[in-house]
Amino acid sequence: MTTLEQSGTGAGAGSKLLSDGRIGTAVGAAADWVTSTDHKKIGRLFTGFGILGMIAVSLIAALRSLESVADLGAFNAQQLDQLAQLHHFGLALMVALPLTLGLSIAVAPLQVGARAIAFARLALMGFYTWLAGAVLTIVAIVNGGGISGADSDMVDLFLAAMALMMFGVIASAISVATTILTSRAPGVTMRRVPFLTWTALVQSLALIITAPVVVGLIIYLFVDHRNSALAFGAADGLADWLPRFFTAPVVYIFAIPALGVFAELLPVSMSRRHPMRQLVFTGAALVGVASFAGVTMQKAFPVDFSESGQDVLKSLVVMAFFVGLPLLGIAITLLTSLLVAKPDGSGAPKPRILSPLLFGLLSILLLLLGAVVGVLTQIVDFELSGTAAVEGTVALVCLAAALGTLGGLVFWAPKFSGNKPDEKKVLPLALLGALGVVLAGVPGVIAGLADSDNSLFSTLTLIGYALMALTGLAFVGATRGGTSDGTNNPWCAHTLEWSTACPAPADNYEALATVRSAEPELDQLPEGSPS
Amino acid sequence: MTLALPSGPAPAPRRQLLVGSALAGLAGTTLIGGMLAVWLLERQHAVDAGERFPMKYIIPEVATNVMLITLFGLCFFAQWAVYAARRQDRGHTGLALSVVIILGLAFVNAQAFVYSQMEVEIAEGIYGGLFYALTGTMMAIVIAGLIFTAVAAFRTLGGRDWQSEIVSANALYWYFAAVAYAAVWFVVYVTK
Repeated sequence: MTTLEQSGTGAGAGSKLLSDGRIGTAVGAAADWVTSTDHKKIGRLFTGFGILGMIAVSLIAALRSLESVADLGAFNAQQLDQLAQLHHFGLALMVALPLTLGLSIAVAPLQVGARAIAFARLALMGFYTWLAGAVLTIVAIVNGGGISGADSDMVDLFLAAMALMMFGVIASAISVATTILTSRAPGVTMRRVPFLTWTALVQSLALIITAPVVVGLIIYLFVDHRNSALAFGAADGLADWLPRFFTAPVVYIFAIPALGVFAELLPVSMSRRHPMRQLVFTGAALVGVASFAGVTMQKAFPVDFSESGQDVLKSLVVMAFFVGLPLLGIAITLLTSLLVAKPDGSGAPKPRILSPLLFGLLSILLLLLGAVVGVLTQIVDFELSGTAAVEGTVALVCLAAALGTLGGLVFWAPKFSGNKPDEKKVLPLALLGALGVVLAGVPGVIAGLADSDNSLFSTLTLIGYALMALTGLAFVGATRGGTSDGTNNPWCAHTLEWSTACPAPADNYEALATVRSAEPELDQLPEGSPS
Repeated sequence: MTLALPSGPAPAPRRQLLVGSALAGLAGTTLIGGMLAVWLLERQHAVDAGERFPMKYIIPEVATNVMLITLFGLCFFAQWAVYAARRQDRGHTGLALSVVIILGLAFVNAQAFVYSQMEVEIAEGIYGGLFYALTGTMMAIVIAGLIFTAVAAFRTLGGRDWQSEIVSANALYWYFAAVAYAAVWFVVYVTK
């Protein structure tokens, strides 16, 4: 009897697993991961679910576009609305935010020479609170909740779940910001902190300022909706108030660490010190100005050029502050970083094309594009408000942030797993991902500008999101394994975290190093290395 | 090739709890600030529509004023706890933190009194939902402060190592709570 034989074999294998302790080891490893206060594991939990979110949200968006293109009739109006909400909120809260925040949690304490993240249990609680909120948000929307949901209880659950997610984000952001402000190693002054750490600080502070405003609003909406729905109204009220926090310019906050990844990697690739660090710091801080847009609870800062000159000037100043400064910040970060690539005739080593840098470069270029479109959506004459262009902007910014974070995960993989991913496998994913971001976001912008609902745009968007889902899946495969050269610094990088072992031990550093510059590892390298 | 950096000096003393509390206070400030902004906006809408705001309800001003005085008085005792803790004076630290907890409970009691006196219907009109959302959030902030004070007292008085930083962080939190309530008091109970 084959079945019985197989059963017997299975039982034998199970006994063997039990006897050699492999099941116990697996359970122990799983328990270690879910209860760990090691910031590297907490950060990777965030980024792991962020990648899962990217794949899921991309598939949902692709499904929406497929329905639009092929007119399958598989979904009724309410279901299409539910998919749209999962897509919209998912891009910001389940893709961009967990990825960038997770990277900050995993890397920033290492970069500043801290042995642990401040309030590690708070950071872990933040992750689980965010995760519970994300799961409950999905459950609520799928069961008829969401902004315009028909089931009143599920709408309440949706609001409570959103507040839960925000609480988790605030908790983790406080943990990151406190670490950077208080746990720097001797010599790591604020002027010397690495770019990713600086952008992590800016993002954390922006979240600490902005997210509570969302929580306050959700408390009002929840109490009002649960009882009378008189102050804010039912579906209309929710639709009017809530989405403003998850569109441009507030979504720029979710993308700030992606700027840090690029600024961090270019000097490594060029084997040079960054000549204008303070300007990069300024650029990243300017993007943080977007947080004030969140605090003001305004969804638009419109400029109407058909008005009188004085009125145009007034609205231009307001728009320039809230929307123009983040754009300027991204541009400053990009341009000043590119100065590193300018030949200076000093006989510096030959530049290296690093795969994470390609992720970072494409990410910042797409962020710049998203920010430019974000400015255009504020100009009334373009008539982009309420069109597919707004959704396209959010897609560009959030997916570009995700792309940059993927580059960061490749770069710092040796500190997490001990192995450097195979660059030949990873490099094409940067191009595939960038193509996906462009196709997912730009057709919507063009459709908005052209005031057209041509199915070609939906087809391109469908392809874009399918490519993003493919990128996410392929990334998981490509970053498994890899090789180790046995050194602490396989990229010949410049910052402090590369002085510790690969993978970094649970308490990060055996001994605190002396830091006398922003590039302590570069100080140690012989002239002319590493190329 | 692995090049090791030389060992550095010992790190400076950390002030994580104080900085973390300051950041939590910043988050709480934008929470209450945002809620007050929405309150003012909705009040303006109601007034523009010709409605009374806060409709028929009479605010027991003595109780609300006493709540304000209670919170600022509480800050005095929280600061006394810091003063005593820095001198490792266990008796006075414990006494001061106990008074902080009693005054915090008095605030919660007074808020419950205000609720019972005003008898605001949560489902009636615009005011009810806004009132309970804002004052309930403020009460949650005070209850969180009470839990923080209890933890601070436990760690300071019962811990093996004397910790004064958590008492300082606790005082900072109460300063934030007092300022936040002052804003709520002015908008909700004074200008209405």
